[in-house]
Amino acid sequence: MHGFALSVLVWLPIAAGVVVLALGDRRLVLARWIALGAAVVTLLLTLPLVAGFDTSTAAFQFIEHAAWIRRFDAYYALGLDGISLPLVVLTAFVTVPVVIAGWTVIQSRPAQYFAAFLIMEGLMIGVFSSLDALLFYFFWEAMLIPMFLIIGIWGGPRRVYATLKFFLYTFLGSVFMLVALIYMYVKSGHYSIAAFQELPLTLFEQRWIFLAFFAAFAVKVPMWPVHTWLPDAHVEAPTGGSVILAAIMLKMGGYGFLRFSLPITPDASRELDWLIIALSLIAIVYIGFVALVQQDMKKLIAYSSIAHMGFVTLGAFIAYDIVTNTGSLQGAAMGLDGAMVQMVSHGLVSGALFLCVGVMYDRLHSREISAYGGVINTMPRFAGFMVLFCLANSGLPGTSGFVGEFLVILASFKASFWYALLAGTTLVLGAAYTLWLVKRVIFGAVANDGVAALQDLNGREMLVLTMLALSVLALGLWPAPLLDIMRASIHHLVDQAVATKLPV
Amino acid sequence: MPEPTLTWNSVAPATAEIYLAVAVCAILLVEAFAGDKRRGLADSLTLLALVLGALVTAVYGHVSAHTTLFHGLYVADELGYALKLAGFLIVAVTLIYSRAYLVQRDILRGEYNVLCLTALLGIFVLVSANSLITVYMGVELLALSVYALIAFDRESGIAAEAAMKYFVLSAIASGALLYGMSIIYGMTGTLDLDVIASRVSTGHASLGVIFGLVFIVVAVAFKLGAVPFHMWLPDVYHGAPTSVTLFISTVPQLAYFSLAFRLLTHGLSGVTAEWSQMLVPLAVLTLIVGNVVAIAQSNLKRMLAYSTIANVGFILLGFVAGTPAGYSAALYYTLVYILVVLGSFGVILLASRHGFEADSLDDYKGLYARDPLLAVIMMALMFSTAGVPPFIGFWAKLRIIQELWVTDHSALVIIAAAASVVGVFYYLRIVKLMYFDAPATEVPKPVRHSAARVALAVNAAAVLALGLVPGPLLDLCARILH
Repeated sequence: MHGFALSVLVWLPIAAGVVVLALGDRRLVLARWIALGAAVVTLLLTLPLVAGFDTSTAAFQFIEHAAWIRRFDAYYALGLDGISLPLVVLTAFVTVPVVIAGWTVIQSRPAQYFAAFLIMEGLMIGVFSSLDALLFYFFWEAMLIPMFLIIGIWGGPRRVYATLKFFLYTFLGSVFMLVALIYMYVKSGHYSIAAFQELPLTLFEQRWIFLAFFAAFAVKVPMWPVHTWLPDAHVEAPTGGSVILAAIMLKMGGYGFLRFSLPITPDASRELDWLIIALSLIAIVYIGFVALVQQDMKKLIAYSSIAHMGFVTLGAFIAYDIVTNTGSLQGAAMGLDGAMVQMVSHGLVSGALFLCVGVMYDRLHSREISAYGGVINTMPRFAGFMVLFCLANSGLPGTSGFVGEFLVILASFKASFWYALLAGTTLVLGAAYTLWLVKRVIFGAVANDGVAALQDLNGREMLVLTMLALSVLALGLWPAPLLDIMRASIHHLVDQAVATKLPV
Repeated sequence: MPEPTLTWNSVAPATAEIYLAVAVCAILLVEAFAGDKRRGLADSLTLLALVLGALVTAVYGHVSAHTTLFHGLYVADELGYALKLAGFLIVAVTLIYSRAYLVQRDILRGEYNVLCLTALLGIFVLVSANSLITVYMGVELLALSVYALIAFDRESGIAAEAAMKYFVLSAIASGALLYGMSIIYGMTGTLDLDVIASRVSTGHASLGVIFGLVFIVVAVAFKLGAVPFHMWLPDVYHGAPTSVTLFISTVPQLAYFSLAFRLLTHGLSGVTAEWSQMLVPLAVLTLIVGNVVAIAQSNLKRMLAYSTIANVGFILLGFVAGTPAGYSAALYYTLVYILVVLGSFGVILLASRHGFEADSLDDYKGLYARDPLLAVIMMALMFSTAGVPPFIGFWAKLRIIQELWVTDHSALVIIAAAASVVGVFYYLRIVKLMYFDAPATEVPKPVRHSAARVALAVNAAAVLALGLVPGPLLDLCARILH
């Protein structure tokens, strides 16, 4: 019985968030357990969806369809396909460690902290499962409010600057997407995403719509040169905020390219793919160098996120060159597979890395690389996890980080040797900045008294990091189930992306 | 022409006005005899009268079709019916919010309530006007009551200044309105808007009509507060007692919408192309000036005044679309705007107390720590005005942009979208002050006024609920304009 399965996934965390908010800090113990319970139950509720998912079809499943605003022909329509299902599961999965990690660490207004993350979780699942563009936009924008508060209330010293920048950047981008969505509504009379995907559009219209989508999604991914909000937001956000930001919110940009740009404006995507590819390669190479010189651990991981997300956009948009060069849709699908795996993997790895930085920050209250050194001597268990996640971040085979990057680089060979060469530099650069980070922070002699006094992981932190470590390894060693889930939808997406929508 | 006999049925559609005129007299009498002994009696009576008025109007005042009364001076239709019910409700809410404020400043007098009711009567007349004379009567009745309301706090110099400014500038606008009307009368030979509509035909507008139209557009722009006729608005909003600011920023918007609707889209529908052309630069300037200047304000009342100006830009854009759907978008925007502004000034009123106006932005630092409920409400209202879902303000902006796309005003779509992004900044700043900043220590703790707080919570809940399910209000706005 999947009647209201998705609605429950969206509204259960939100309802729990409201309850937690109402309980307040005075009944914190209860509020905390409700928050954890809701997060765990939401995660468990995604399991029947994974089990019941029919991998043989690209059609949306677990569909819910109810009238929402008749005047606009907008529906409360939810459903999942092979592209959104992994992201929904990822969202539900990552929220659990975030709640656990904030258990005792958050001292001021803890109930609101948990409530904000639960409400975020519901809204994010809503974004990934909306089948109606208006509903999608509704969730997409509403999500900014809790994130704005999370960074602004629990953030670091420059939190106000960071959170305003975050909100204004993303809002500016999204407004143009809204304008494009309304335009298509006026043309088609519907708000359903499927109707938009079938709507014939001239190249002129497609170009502008593509650019409007680009404004929204490029900011979210974020792509160079509109990435500057991300390092600020990451550095200032509390650990949980950074985790959600890196693990889920960035994925929305990638998801938007796959769900909106490619199928709705295929001809403009074909025409302007050079733009995305160029910006992706700049992100991979240039931002990789920028990451190398960072002094702040969170900033380093933030820049590494931008570089890794470059693979997502690269993998999505090399499809056209591959089809032109080889005529094979299979190759294009490989690039998109890589993009998707990279999204999921980066969600896990970057989330884990931010949690690791959080563990150290909670102890020494510094994120400066120079404040650490020789952590392995006092925190051997932690050092093990940190090294694992760093290796995953640099794309070590056997970890999830390898699969996505490998698929994208392999696919980009079919597009152009030069793409592959430039994308391949990440194997050097990524390894350089992450391993150098490990060397400076983890290894070596104990650097100072602060490090000497460090306590190793407590049970809660062990639990959180173990969860993430197991999933990183599982995805790295055996990515087949994930690829199976995506296969039909990715093939359908390739068909949509290479088809032309120009009116004849 | 046979003399029509006066029967109940022939005046029933005007129930609201008749009732209100009687209620005003009754409350004046009560205040004259019992006002000094029982402070607040008139206030309670007024609330009762408003609730009763809404009921009476709902039962007797409904008309199913467009009906004209009193030799075509007065029109009763669904729009008037709905706006009058809304008027009763909104004035009642403003009185609930204002009571404690008025008590603390010792200006809770019966005259205050009576002036609110006569202003409401003016609004009703305007809403149902079907002749240039009735329009003018409504405008003046409303304006005269508002002048007195603004100057109601005799102790306050800044209020007197605001009243004076408003009086002088408003007199000029009334002059322009009257002048424009006289020219239209001269060109068409009638004051009746229905007849004017039939005589000013599309495509054959004479220069004289357009000359008169210019003055009417100026007067409408002045009343709404559109740039460059907005100068009075920030000073009046700032100078007037907050309870009066709450009043003049909400209920009269119903009247100003009707003013534009009855005059431009009904009476002068033949020259829609001409006036919508005139409204375009007004709307664009209003959006830009309102949003940009609001950023520089350090006083919350002034900031909200500029935010009002920015919102007026959106309302004008609904008229620019020049279609019934566009007008219904403008109406929807007006109602949404009133709902949100009602709450915003309500928060200012509840945050203030004797000797502390709570109108400087710095007074809101750390409001969350002092009064979480007010802070949560204000946050919802600010995000709503900024146009962020899930709050209702999003749908209002969406509707306007939608109608602009339908009518192919792509440049205006971009300007409206960009202006709303600028607007987000100063609304976010309020949230930042309330949530992220530490409270200033010397700010007194808010006094609890449970009735007003409950009303405010309901107000904010409506902003959220109508944002989650916007269909009913959208349908209503579309229905009553046909």
